[in-house]
Amino acid sequence: MSEVQYIYDKGLKAMEDMNIAFASGKGGTGKTTIAVNLAYFLACSKQKVQYLDCDVEEPNGHIFLKPTIDKSTPAKVMVPVIDQDKCTSCGECSSHCQFNALVTLPGNVLLFPELCHGCGLCVYICPEKAIRDGDRGIGLIEKGIATQDIDFIHGILNVGEPMAGPLIQEVKHHYKEHHVRIIDAPPGTSCPVVKTISDADVVVMVTEPTPFGLHDLKIAVSVAKNMEKPIGIVINRQNGEFPPLETYLLKNDLPVIMVLPEDREIARHYSMGDILLQALPLYIDRFMELAVNIGRLLGKTKTQVAR
Amino acid sequence: MTHIKEMVVVSGKGGTGKTSITGALSFLLQDKVIADCDVDAANLHMILNLDEVLLTKEFFGGKKARIVPERCTHCGKCRDVCLYDAISEDFVIDLVSCEGCGACHFLCPAEAVDFDERLAGYCYICSTEDNGRFVFAEMLPGEENSGKLVAMVRNEAREEAKKMGHELILIDGPPGIGCPVISSLTGTHLAVIVTEPTPAGAHDLKRIVELTNHFQIKTAVVVNKSDINASYVEATRQLCKDNGLVYLGEIPYEPKITEAQKEAKTILDFAPQCVASGAIREIHTKLQSILEEL
Ligand code: SF4
Ligand code: SF4
Ligand code: SF4
Ligand code: SF4
Repeated sequence: MSEVQYIYDKGLKAMEDMNIAFASGKGGTGKTTIAVNLAYFLACSKQKVQYLDCDVEEPNGHIFLKPTIDKSTPAKVMVPVIDQDKCTSCGECSSHCQFNALVTLPGNVLLFPELCHGCGLCVYICPEKAIRDGDRGIGLIEKGIATQDIDFIHGILNVGEPMAGPLIQEVKHHYKEHHVRIIDAPPGTSCPVVKTISDADVVVMVTEPTPFGLHDLKIAVSVAKNMEKPIGIVINRQNGEFPPLETYLLKNDLPVIMVLPEDREIARHYSMGDILLQALPLYIDRFMELAVNIGRLLGKTKTQVAR
Repeated sequence: MTHIKEMVVVSGKGGTGKTSITGALSFLLQDKVIADCDVDAANLHMILNLDEVLLTKEFFGGKKARIVPERCTHCGKCRDVCLYDAISEDFVIDLVSCEGCGACHFLCPAEAVDFDERLAGYCYICSTEDNGRFVFAEMLPGEENSGKLVAMVRNEAREEAKKMGHELILIDGPPGIGCPVISSLTGTHLAVIVTEPTPAGAHDLKRIVELTNHFQIKTAVVVNKSDINASYVEATRQLCKDNGLVYLGEIPYEPKITEAQKEAKTILDFAPQCVASGAIREIHTKLQSILEEL
């Protein structure tokens, strides 16, 4: 067995039951492309793979993995139901609600459902017991089987719905054991991203060698570092040198675990919804390298934890 | 009293070139205040011709709870009421999971939970070289409530517009369709969607159009990188027709846009003669006439 093969097999072992999150400070860096193709590559290598699309505002993984959806369930959050007959308009509920979702008027209480975080505080606080739990749909959870038997799940946030967080949590409740779990995180660096990567074993940051890309990468890296996650960098659309990025990576000891070149063919196949590795098998080596490197990153944390 | 018009550039999908196009448009539009509402990943300031930062304001996002061990009796009430599993078995609150609802604080019988506002970011007001104003913000990494910070940026922009007597606010919106996008869109007069001709672009375009329809905002569409896949350009044109949206035109893929970025310039500044710059000028002319009619 060649050494590469050995490292590779070891890498795959290290990956089982691991959560590999794909993030990017900036949108449109190719995060989904890399995540989808790694899932596909691992599945072709006889791994059990689960793909979880937590980019619930703009889930795009299904465009490439083309799952057959066999289960679709609405996702709900708690929302208060007010019994106006019992309500004395005392104003306790609206003055305690941190999200300004309630307004007390003489004679009744108004709820703005899209501001409500479903925390349930008002239910406890109402002295007249005039508030009870109800529920409200915020989106859909869809499950199915995609190409190469990849276990597929995504959340689709209702349009006009601001509460992405609970839907992401819902997607993550479907973690499958004995699978490599590939998690597509939303772009950006705020609460939905933090929620998504909170239980990742390794975070793969996909960036592009541009000033915008670098600026946003820095913020995303600081989020993941705060959470003490091992980080690997994928540079997408590499096209000549971009020294500021190289300097930054070196200075912060961030390993580059894969590079994909700027290639119009990649863009063209992306624009047709193709899986890159099916259309352009010449890139298989790169994804093998990516798998090996992620395996290494996972190994690294374990020794660190042991120490 | 002047009537201030707010125009927001959004994209649904990230990476469509929204910020580069906003920057280029700002180069052409006169007497305006520019607001970068992509508070998660503010980039626009990197290509504008800014003068100086006039004012920095602190942003307090929301409150977070903290249990004071000396006062806590380990009664467990807080863990019962917290719906976000933010409180551990030994009564420590995880700041990442804490939603800031205050349930533990208000319901703790021992008053053992502190509940204070946290500094979550900064908002900056700058002057531009062409006598405009630019407002942008930076969220501290991992902080919440970007929707609220967007509202702050927009408020500051409106105040500046009033002070300066400018009638136009140009907003660079965040990607997605969630909370910060909704904050960026509400109450604006015109939404310009930048899309790209790919299945993901088309998928996300439909979702953001639903959103602008939901808020009844006049909507116009630009296709960027239009020469990647011509069939989607046609489909986008049709979608505009079917939904009563203004089709503003297309911008071909232009590698010079990235080069301009590396020089900290907009494409109009960097390569005024290139095809993309020409296309943006045409789009600007159409936008001007739409703005006048609003
Ligand atoms: S459930 Fe929480 S957020 Fe919703 S209205 Fe009640 S107190 Fe406010
Ligand atoms: S706390 Fe209860 S009684 Fe008081 S205003 Fe709210 S719903 Fe009405
Ligand atoms: S409710 Fe208060 S006293 Fe009881 S465990 Fe929680 S913090 Fe401690
Ligand atoms: S403030 Fe709300 S979310 Fe935070 S710990 Fe207390 S109950 Fe849980």
